[in-house]
This record gives sequence, structure tokens and C-alpha cells, in this order.
Amino acid sequence: MSIRHSLLALLSEGPKYGFQLRQEFETSTGDVWPLNVGQVYTTLDRLERDGLAESDDLDADERQRNFRITGDGKEELARWLRTPPDLTQPPRDELVIKVLVASRLPDVDVYDVIQVHRRYLVQLMQQWTRLKEDEAHFDLAFALAVDAELFRLDSVVRWLDAADGRLRRSNHESTMDASVVPPRIRRRTGAHR
Amino acid sequence: MSMLELRNVSKAYGEGATEVDALSNIDLAVERGSLVAIMGPSGSGKSTLLTIAGSLELPTTGDVMINGTNVVGMSRNDKARLRRRTIGYVFQDFNLLAGLTAVENVSLPLELDGISLKRARAQGMMALGELGLSDRAERFPDELSGGERQRVAIARAVVGDRSLLLADEPSGALDSVNGEAVMRMILSACHGGVAALVVTHDAKLASWADRVVFLRDGKAVDETLPLQRPEELLDHDATTPPAS
Repeated sequence: MSIRHSLLALLSEGPKYGFQLRQEFETSTGDVWPLNVGQVYTTLDRLERDGLAESDDLDADERQRNFRITGDGKEELARWLRTPPDLTQPPRDELVIKVLVASRLPDVDVYDVIQVHRRYLVQLMQQWTRLKEDEAHFDLAFALAVDAELFRLDSVVRWLDAADGRLRRSNHESTMDASVVPPRIRRRTGAHR
Repeated sequence: MSMLELRNVSKAYGEGATEVDALSNIDLAVERGSLVAIMGPSGSGKSTLLTIAGSLELPTTGDVMINGTNVVGMSRNDKARLRRRTIGYVFQDFNLLAGLTAVENVSLPLELDGISLKRARAQGMMALGELGLSDRAERFPDELSGGERQRVAIARAVVGDRSLLLADEPSGALDSVNGEAVMRMILSACHGGVAALVVTHDAKLASWADRVVFLRDGKAVDETLPLQRPEELLDHDATTPPAS
């Protein structure tokens, strides 16, 4: 979550005070990501230092300082919006590591471990779904942020389901006659086969 | 009294060496006004559970109580009447009759139950109206979008004050926005007093339920805990990780 660029985006709508930026940031993200006012001013100071934003009166109380985006800030915002986040390196995911570890330990039932996490994730998804259930107080930014969280959690559940299936198939195959076991998926490294 | 209760239900197919246990010792209750989801992979017994809950198939052992009446041992005619009056079904592929309009599809179960054509149609129109489909009443299924077809199927499932709704992957053929609309409608029926049982492999769909039961190899292996206060998710100090 780039606070820096989100504040630039808000400033691109027109000059704003720091306190106002905090409120608008929280509203624009459906209040899903709270922000403390200290983070806002630290970030604004850095934006000023880097020439991406400027304020009218450096002597005024921080709440009274009016910030606006600079030309460089607009260019930086446009560049950031179109730059894909770095997804090339797999994250060191704690859940993936737990399942990998559990699958190697003889005294641990890896399927139980998977189910504990699956249940927890589905419970979390139930909570998020309840939050967007109330259509009478529909908020588009909030619905988009909740959808993002639901899709993220859903992808983890799907991975757990896939891991569960793959481990069961692997265990089943290991008990079969080696002659009827289909070739395993080989890990490919570089261009070598 | 639960609207639906499965007591120690087991189902086996085949005999002797070829016998396969599709369901083993399932205990499950669905109360009026609640939505329960059964989640599990393909082959876990979800669809078998749903057909037994809907009295379309009998368990090998165990009892199936619908509104306090045991379906096991009931005559074929009594079961058919129970299905027409009490149970509504929603399927992934809608199962609407192509030669009938939306309102004819919705009112058909009532007509089959002996209700006059005029009254059945009036109730069908009312059910369609509640789901925002009044202007689609005279359209044939192939003149409706996928989302609209599934809404017609839900109207057909709840028409005539039926109180048990059984759904098999009801939003499986729809995009996520239409799928959400379908789940909102099922939930709305529950708020009106219907008991709903949805089987799915999709966690997003299951997350609309009050309770999720996990099925594996025909056994209920786990279920979600009572729902926590959702507002806690937005209180970042209160969010806790799972017990390890």
C-alpha cells in the first residue's frame, strides 16, 4: 500500500490540508486501511523534500499547512499508476512454509494443518462478506476494498485445496506399484530439460 | 424444531467389494432463517447430501427430518407433495423449462399442486416482483441473461411460501457480480424465514453462509465457529491470527 502515491493522488484533485488528506485517504479506501496523522505528515514532508509536493507556509501549524502537487508530482503519480507491482519473486509466504514443513514431519497430519487454516480463512471471508452485506449503506470504495480482500483470501483457500489434492494424490501414488505410477512433475530450472 | 435435520445419515452405492460409501454418519441441522453451506472438493459427497436432504434419494441408514417429519418411510406420493409444497431447488444450470415463460416457470410448481392457474400466476408474479423481475415475466429463458435466469430459478424455488431452499453451486455459472446478486437473494429469502442449504466448492460463495460445514470423503470433518463481529476486522488492534 503506497501512502506516498495515494496522498499524491488526493493532492492531484486540488490543494489540501494534512488533516483533510488523512480523512480523505481513509474514505477513499473504504476505511479498510486506517492511517495515523503522524504517517501523513511524515509522508508529506518527504514529498516536499523530493519536490513532488509543496506547501504555502512553512511557519504555520501543521494542521494549517496547505499542500499541493507539483508538476514532478503529477508525472510521478502517472508513472506509478501504470507501473505493475513487482510480482516476479514469490513472497516468502508463512502459510506456504507451514504446509511445506507439515508435509515433511511424520508425526504431523498435514491435512489437519491445512483444514485449520482453511477454516480460519473461510471464517475471515464470512466476516468480510457480512461487512458488505448491508446494501442500505453501500459505499463503492469500501465494496472494492472488501472484494480485493475476499479475492485474496479466496486465492489462498484455493491454494490450500490444490495442496490438499496434490498431497493426497502423491501419497496415493506412493502406495501404488511403481510400474503404474505416472511420471512426476519435474521441476524445470532455466532452459535445461 | 429445525427445518431440516439429517440424523446419522449414511449412503452407500454398490454392494460387497464394489460398495462405495458416499456419505458416512452425517448429522446436520438447518434452522429457519439460516443459511448453511456445505463445502468440499469434487467427489466429497456434496451433491449426494443435497439430493438426500431434498428427499430425491433415500439414505442407506439414518433419518431425514423435514419440518419435523421423517422422510424415510414416507410414501412416494407424500414425498412428492412435500417436495412441491416445502422444498425449492436451485441448480447451477438453472433448469428452467425452455418452452415456458419466466412466470410460467415460476408458477408451474403451484399449478402441479392443484392451485388454480390464475392464483398460481398471481403468486408467480409476486415472487418475480420481489426479485426485481416483473418486467421479465413474459420472456422465455433464452431471452434472459444468465443472472436473470438464476433469479427466475430462485423465484421458482421460494414461490408459494416454501420454507426449505436447496442449492447446488447456484452461482457457479455466473460472473462474480451476478453470483453475488444470487447469494444476496438467497440470504434475503433466509431473512424472510426460509432455511437454506447450499453446496459448493467455492469459498466466496460459502462465505455468505451463517455456518460452513466442510465435507471430505463423505464425512463432515469440520465446521466454522460462530461468526465473530465483522466490525473487528476494521479495528486493527482486535484482529488476531489463528491458533497455531
